[in-house]
Amino acid sequence: MIEAENLTRKFGNLTAVDNLTLRVDEGEVFGFLGPNGAGKTTTVRMLCCLISKTSGSARVGDYEIGSQQDALKIRKIIGLVPDNVGLYDSLTAYENLDYYGTLYRRTDSQRKESNEYFLKMLGLWEKRDALAGTFSKGMKQKLAIARALVHDPEVIFMDEPTASLDPEASKGVREFILELKKEKKTIFLNTHNLDEAERICDRIGIINTRLMAVGTPEELERSVRGRKTVIQLRQVTEAILDSLKRLQVTNLVSGGNKLTVDVVNPEEENPDIVSAIVAAGGRVETVSVLGSSLEDAYLKLVRDAR
Amino acid sequence: MSTRMPWKIARKEMKVLRRKKSIIYYIVALPLILSVLFSLVVKNDIAKSSGLPSDYQLGLDSLTYFFVVFAAILPASIAAYSIVGEKVEKSLEPLLSTPTTDGEILLGKSIAAFVPPMLAIWAGASIFMATADYLTNGLLSYYYFPNWTSGVMLFLLAPLAAIFSIELAVIASSRVSDVRGANQIASLMFIPFMAVFLAAVEGAIAFDVANLLIFSGIVLVADVALFFLSTSTFRREEILTKWK
Repeated sequence: MIEAENLTRKFGNLTAVDNLTLRVDEGEVFGFLGPNGAGKTTTVRMLCCLISKTSGSARVGDYEIGSQQDALKIRKIIGLVPDNVGLYDSLTAYENLDYYGTLYRRTDSQRKESNEYFLKMLGLWEKRDALAGTFSKGMKQKLAIARALVHDPEVIFMDEPTASLDPEASKGVREFILELKKEKKTIFLNTHNLDEAERICDRIGIINTRLMAVGTPEELERSVRGRKTVIQLRQVTEAILDSLKRLQVTNLVSGGNKLTVDVVNPEEENPDIVSAIVAAGGRVETVSVLGSSLEDAYLKLVRDAR
Repeated sequence: MSTRMPWKIARKEMKVLRRKKSIIYYIVALPLILSVLFSLVVKNDIAKSSGLPSDYQLGLDSLTYFFVVFAAILPASIAAYSIVGEKVEKSLEPLLSTPTTDGEILLGKSIAAFVPPMLAIWAGASIFMATADYLTNGLLSYYYFPNWTSGVMLFLLAPLAAIFSIELAVIASSRVSDVRGANQIASLMFIPFMAVFLAAVEGAIAFDVANLLIFSGIVLVADVALFFLSTSTFRREEILTKWK
C-alpha cells in the first residue's frame, strides 16, 4: 500500500530524511518511531503530497508521489491526523466533520451518515453542536481522527496522535486505533511512545534521519543484545554461585538475595540458569527480565546512529 | 477546478466570520458610520456653500467615491485573516491534505472576503445616497442619486477594487505568519484608490463616467493578473515548512 525507495528530503544543507526505503502492506499498522527531528513528520508530509521529495520515489496505493496528476488522487485515498489537531474552533464538532466531508466530495447523505457514525463511535454525539474550541484535548484529538476518516480512506497517516494527551485520553485514542485495525485499515503511525507502538503496531520502523531498523516488535527486541535477568532467591549460597560460573553466565552480580546476569536470549537461557540454581539447592522466588526490550532496541539504535 | 467547491469553502468561511463578532462589527459598522458621517458632511456643506450645483456634484461624487476606497480596505483584512488565521489555528495542514486545489481554496476564501463587505458597503452607500437626495433635493431641484457616475463607482469600480485588495491580501498573507502582519499589509491596499480620490479633489481628473470606466478597466486587468499571481505564489510547501 505504501512503498518508498531511497526517499530523501533536504532543507538546504540539512537532510531531514535520508534514503528511506520501506514498504507498508495493506491492512497493516506500521509504527514509525524516532526522536524529535528524526524526519517522521517530513516523511508523512512527503507521503501525503504536502511537501515535495528531493530524490527517490514513493507510492501510496497505485499513485506516485511527486507527480502533479497523482497528488490529488493520493489525497483522495488518504486521511491525515496531523500533530496539531487543527480544528476550526468556531465551528461545532458536527460542522467540522461536515466541512471535511464536503472537501472530500461526499454527498449530503454520505456525510450525514458518516458524521453520525463517527461522532457516536467516539462518544461525541451528545456534544455534536458544541463548538470544537470548547473541547478538551482528548476530545479534540478524537474529532481530528474522525475528520481524517469521513471519506473512508484506504490509508490513514497519524502524526503522534496521543502526544500531549493525558493517560485516559491516550487510552481512548489507542482503543480507537485498534478498532480501525480490526477494520483492516492501513495505518502509518508516527510516535515516540514505545509502549503505544508495541501494543498497536504490526511492524515498527525506527528512524533517525535514516531508517535504522524495521521489523515486528518481537524481531526488534530480539535484535538487541545485553539484556539482564534478575533472579530473586531465598538465599544466595557459594554452591549456587559456583554452578552459575560453571554455566559460564556473563557479568554475574550478587547483591543480597538477588542475582543479576547478562543474557542474550532470555527465553532460551533463563531455563538453564534456573535449573542450575535449583540443582545447587537454591529456591527461586522470582525471575524477571530487566527493562523494556523495545525500548532497549530503540535506544541502542538511536544512540548508535549518533 | 470545480465550480461548486469554492462556494462550499466560502460558505464555511462566512460561517466562521459570523461567529467572530469583532469582524462582523467591523464589516457592518464602518460603512454605516461612513454613511451617517457623510450625510452630516452634506448637511454642513449646504449650510456653508455658495449654492452652486457644481459644488454639490463634486462633493457628492467624492463622498460616494469613498465607498470605493472602503471596498479596497474592508475585504483585504478578511482575506488576510482567513489565510493567516488557518495557519494560526493550525488548520492549514489538514485542509491542504484534502483533494482541494489551491485555486479552489483561494477562490473560496476570496468569495467569503468579498460578499459580506460588499453587501455592507452597498447598504451604507444606499443610506448615504437616500439621505443626500433628501438634503439636496430642495437646492438642486432634482434627485442627484442614483446616477451613472455613482452606478459605475458602486457596481463596477467598488467590486473590482475589493477583488484587487483581496488578491493582494492573499499574496501578502502567504508571505507573513501572523494576523497583525497580514492586516498591516492589507491596510495599505487603499493607497492607489486614495490617490485617484486626491487627484479628483485637486482637479487633476474628473469623476465622470468615462474616467471611471478607464480606471475600472485598469483595475480589471490588474485583478486578472493578480489572481494568477496569487495562485502561483501560494506555495503549500513553504507555508507548511517555514511558517511557525
